[in-house]
Amino acid sequence: MMLVFALFFLLPLLFVTIVSAWDYNEYEMIPAFSLRGYSDTFEGCIADLPNLCTILKTYLKTLKLCLLTWVLTLLIGFTVAYFLAFHVRSKTWQIVLTLLCTIPFWTSNVIRMIAWIPLLGRNGLVNRGLEGAGLIHQPLEWLLFSEFSVVLALVHLFTFFMVVPIFNSMIRIDRRLIEAAYDAGATGWQTLVNIIIPLAKPGIVIGSIFVITIVMGDFVTIGVMGGQQIASAGKIIEARLNALQFPAAAANAVILLGITILIISALTRVVDIRKEL
Amino acid sequence: MGEKRPRSFYLLAAFFTAYVLFLYGPMFAIYILSFQGPDGGLTFPMNGVSLVWFGKVFSGSGIVDIGAAFKRSLQLGLVVMVCTVVLSVSAGMAFRRSFRGATFLFYVAIASLIMPSIITSLGIALEFRLLDDFIIKSGVGDWTTAMGLFTSGLGAHLTWTLPFGLLIMFAIFNRFDNRLEEAARDLGATPWQTFRHVVLPIILPSVVGIGLFGFTLSWDELARSSQTIGSVNTLPLDLQGLTTTVTKPDIYALGTLTSAVSFLVIFLALVVILVLQARQRRHGSDAGKGMV
Repeated sequence: MMLVFALFFLLPLLFVTIVSAWDYNEYEMIPAFSLRGYSDTFEGCIADLPNLCTILKTYLKTLKLCLLTWVLTLLIGFTVAYFLAFHVRSKTWQIVLTLLCTIPFWTSNVIRMIAWIPLLGRNGLVNRGLEGAGLIHQPLEWLLFSEFSVVLALVHLFTFFMVVPIFNSMIRIDRRLIEAAYDAGATGWQTLVNIIIPLAKPGIVIGSIFVITIVMGDFVTIGVMGGQQIASAGKIIEARLNALQFPAAAANAVILLGITILIISALTRVVDIRKEL
Repeated sequence: MGEKRPRSFYLLAAFFTAYVLFLYGPMFAIYILSFQGPDGGLTFPMNGVSLVWFGKVFSGSGIVDIGAAFKRSLQLGLVVMVCTVVLSVSAGMAFRRSFRGATFLFYVAIASLIMPSIITSLGIALEFRLLDDFIIKSGVGDWTTAMGLFTSGLGAHLTWTLPFGLLIMFAIFNRFDNRLEEAARDLGATPWQTFRHVVLPIILPSVVGIGLFGFTLSWDELARSSQTIGSVNTLPLDLQGLTTTVTKPDIYALGTLTSAVSFLVIFLALVVILVLQARQRRHGSDAGKGMV
């Protein structure tokens, strides 16, 4: 196990860091120290001030998509987990309903993405329906291949990562605490805010880490659902790779890694992951 | 049980139903559309019902060589499954006692799980590229590349499936009754016998679950494969490539087929798990039944 991780995870990360500081030309990398990977990435950033340069805009856009997805998955995931944990009473039903949510997770992401095309496309069901109802007269163009569809697909794909950890924290909450709150005269809302949310916090944090890291590095969903038109941090790396500019790609990877680690360490301040397993 | 359900129950139940519809709705749309008639397009309405597009996929006309990608994905998935099960179970057993580097290994596994896939993918690609350069320079004649389905591709998939396997093993052993093993040891069982006849039968349903995760995660894995697979493509990679070029329902047919494989595997695994659990209940305990 250690060997596999060493060979295919730690060593590769090391190489990414090293290569990010190598020089390169049009078709190969040159093992000599250079910060060209980084300087190319931020090309024109200082000259363009006070306007934001492409790279910063891209990262901001990635963060924006990430934030939107995070808020939506958190709201939906929390509600679904709450329902499963507190309102479904028999164990069998809990298992059946959880499985129902899990099965899509075991099927292909790409297929779940292209599944939106017949619904959102120019002649898709949504546009047809709205036209039929007389609400719009032209097909809505922003439904597919837009930021809207990207966020929609991301929420669709990754809410599961929120549901499981939150559900896991919730079923460990002692029911007597809730009864005590009820007996002490707390309203349902007060119970939720003062008891359930603080006790479900570890699950919320773990779920958030999953969703944020996945969305930050994502290039497939953003590529497919954005019609290959929307740039993101992951897409930059992919584009650099396709151009065989490995050091530049590695430099971007290091930057992305840094941002991700910052976010995670901020989140782990709140909760100790190891204790929760 | 008899108490009346509060109104919030019905609100939340409605929300949950909406979520499930949101999860499954689009998928069913493409499953239905893949049976589109020969003149049909990419969206509703259906122009007749036919199997034309499935035929197109199998005959390989119009699309890249899907059959080969299908087989490659299947082989890789099976190898990943076996590796995941063996490595996760042994690592899970090891983690029950503390050993040197246990915490480190744990954090590495978690890091591997949440690392953005593109970075892992890029790293492995670089690693193999440098290895190739090194071998070529050291004078091996017609060396092409060490990168391939069962070297870099397998490694990339394992960085994704192993953490899941490990977490499942943790969950199992948190609930495992150590006294069972002690009893076996006291009765004179060797460590291997204890594992084979006591531990394994108890954890077997979950081990099947790990296999299920291993296969399905590998079968659908895309981001980590993208840079590491070498010159050939797996099925998800081909599918992704097709999304930008194909304008006919054959892509839906392909999607339906891929999902069918996923569902078949899930179904088989669940059946096996249920059968094993039923058998455990039947043979579970002979306490209070007197001498056998």
